[in-house]
Amino acid sequence: MNKYLSFFRLRFIYGFQYRAAALAGIMTQFTWGALEILMFKAFYNADAKAFPMTFSALVSYVWMQQAFLALFMTWILENEIFDIITNGNIAYELCRPVDVYNMWFTRSMANRLSKALLRSMPILLFAVFLPAPYGLRLPDNGKTFSWFLLTMVLGFLTVIAYCMLLYIINFYTISPMGIRMVSVAVVEFFSGAVIPLPFFPKGIREIFEILPFASMQNVPLRIYSGDISGTGLYRAAGLQIFWVILLIVAGKILMTKALKKVVVQGG
Amino acid sequence: MIRVEHINKTFQVARRNSGISEAFKALFHKEYECVKALDDISFTIDEGEMVGYIGPNGAGKSSTIKILSGILTPDSGSCQINGRTPWKERIAHVRDIGVVFGQRSQLWWDVPVIDSFELLRDIYSIPMKKFKENLDELVTLLNLEEIIKTPARQLSLGQRMRCEIGASLIHSPKILFLDEPTIGLDAVSKIAVRNFILDMNKRHKTTVILTTHDMQDIEALTRRIILIGKGKILMDGDLESMKKGSSVDEVVVELYKKYEI
Repeated sequence: MNKYLSFFRLRFIYGFQYRAAALAGIMTQFTWGALEILMFKAFYNADAKAFPMTFSALVSYVWMQQAFLALFMTWILENEIFDIITNGNIAYELCRPVDVYNMWFTRSMANRLSKALLRSMPILLFAVFLPAPYGLRLPDNGKTFSWFLLTMVLGFLTVIAYCMLLYIINFYTISPMGIRMVSVAVVEFFSGAVIPLPFFPKGIREIFEILPFASMQNVPLRIYSGDISGTGLYRAAGLQIFWVILLIVAGKILMTKALKKVVVQGG
Repeated sequence: MIRVEHINKTFQVARRNSGISEAFKALFHKEYECVKALDDISFTIDEGEMVGYIGPNGAGKSSTIKILSGILTPDSGSCQINGRTPWKERIAHVRDIGVVFGQRSQLWWDVPVIDSFELLRDIYSIPMKKFKENLDELVTLLNLEEIIKTPARQLSLGQRMRCEIGASLIHSPKILFLDEPTIGLDAVSKIAVRNFILDMNKRHKTTVILTTHDMQDIEALTRRIILIGKGKILMDGDLESMKKGSSVDEVVVELYKKYEI
């Protein structure tokens, strides 16, 4: 376990080296969040009753999403892992006494956490002090907040387990571009990254909510804003656990297969 | 003890002629060719032995090293290293070996080299005391004091190579695979690295397998050479007895001519 921890630590420190990138990220996410909220405000002004979430719940959803972007967005992938596969440095990964899947999983966790830690605080602080209804609301009670934390961890694991599949597919496709583009578009849509899932019409929404993509940011963000509560909590968290396990098992099996046939590119 | 028996390995290679129309055709139909990288390879290497593994470009040297270090799985054949099959018991196997790929880097690019070393300490679970000893030894012998606190990306190729070699030996492996370890080294560093390898072999009985195109490396380090060409082992024998007064380079050119590789 110690070796993964140490690996985590190094990747974590590594993330701290890029201060300018963090600053740019904060600015982008803040602007993006503000834009999204203003756009929804225009819709709500037309007819607030036509929407499935209250405006202030939606605002909280957007701010939390922007603050913890680094934890949930599947387009935050590690170029280095793709490079390792494409340029053949996988050779060095394989001559270490560690499980490659676990090592990459740890690495992704550290990368995202160090990013999130640097970026979330300024956004959260700023959003809390914005005047109502544009500001970030605190959750109704401690219980909601605990559920939020729990499902956030599960969502985070789902995201990484999903990204692991993208890395592994790269063993077969060599170039990561195609799979990345398709996956980004699909996940953005199905996970509620652009439009929260409650806004989708009934019938379609029920199907979306079962998919693994809904177990990513959708669950914790909606719990935080109070949109999922009561028995819905158990159902959502249970589904998350199911997807985390399934994605990890699938990833491990695929990885074992890929490594048996691995070719070290570039001699 | 390394025992390799009848190892075969083929690779699929996509090939096409140059030109736009050929590239366009390849969009729909790719032609693959099977290239036999290793063809019935067998040899035995004793503990503490140093062996030069030589052959022209594309002969299969690196593929052999990668199979021996558990990275590639061969199509057929068997290989036992200290009682283990590398590709079947990879994790247990790689604990005992050190590998240097001269054309690749194992150091973390943006952080000081010492951070990479400390990560390796934890990956191999090296006790603190042992790590300090090894580090001191490597720093002195490879002359790393001044560069170990610099990020890897700001080192020159030769400086980085010395750090790479250090990184591969930090866990005191019993077997060392060196795949062209002296690429890009200046004369002083080259000799330092050679002396260092000799020293390791003498004191720790490290088994060394070395592939290189630098015949002076071979001459300085090994007595036995294995010659491989087009995936086949062509010769396995003592360097001295072949030399008979001529230089190693001449001997190798002679051999390449003789076996038409």
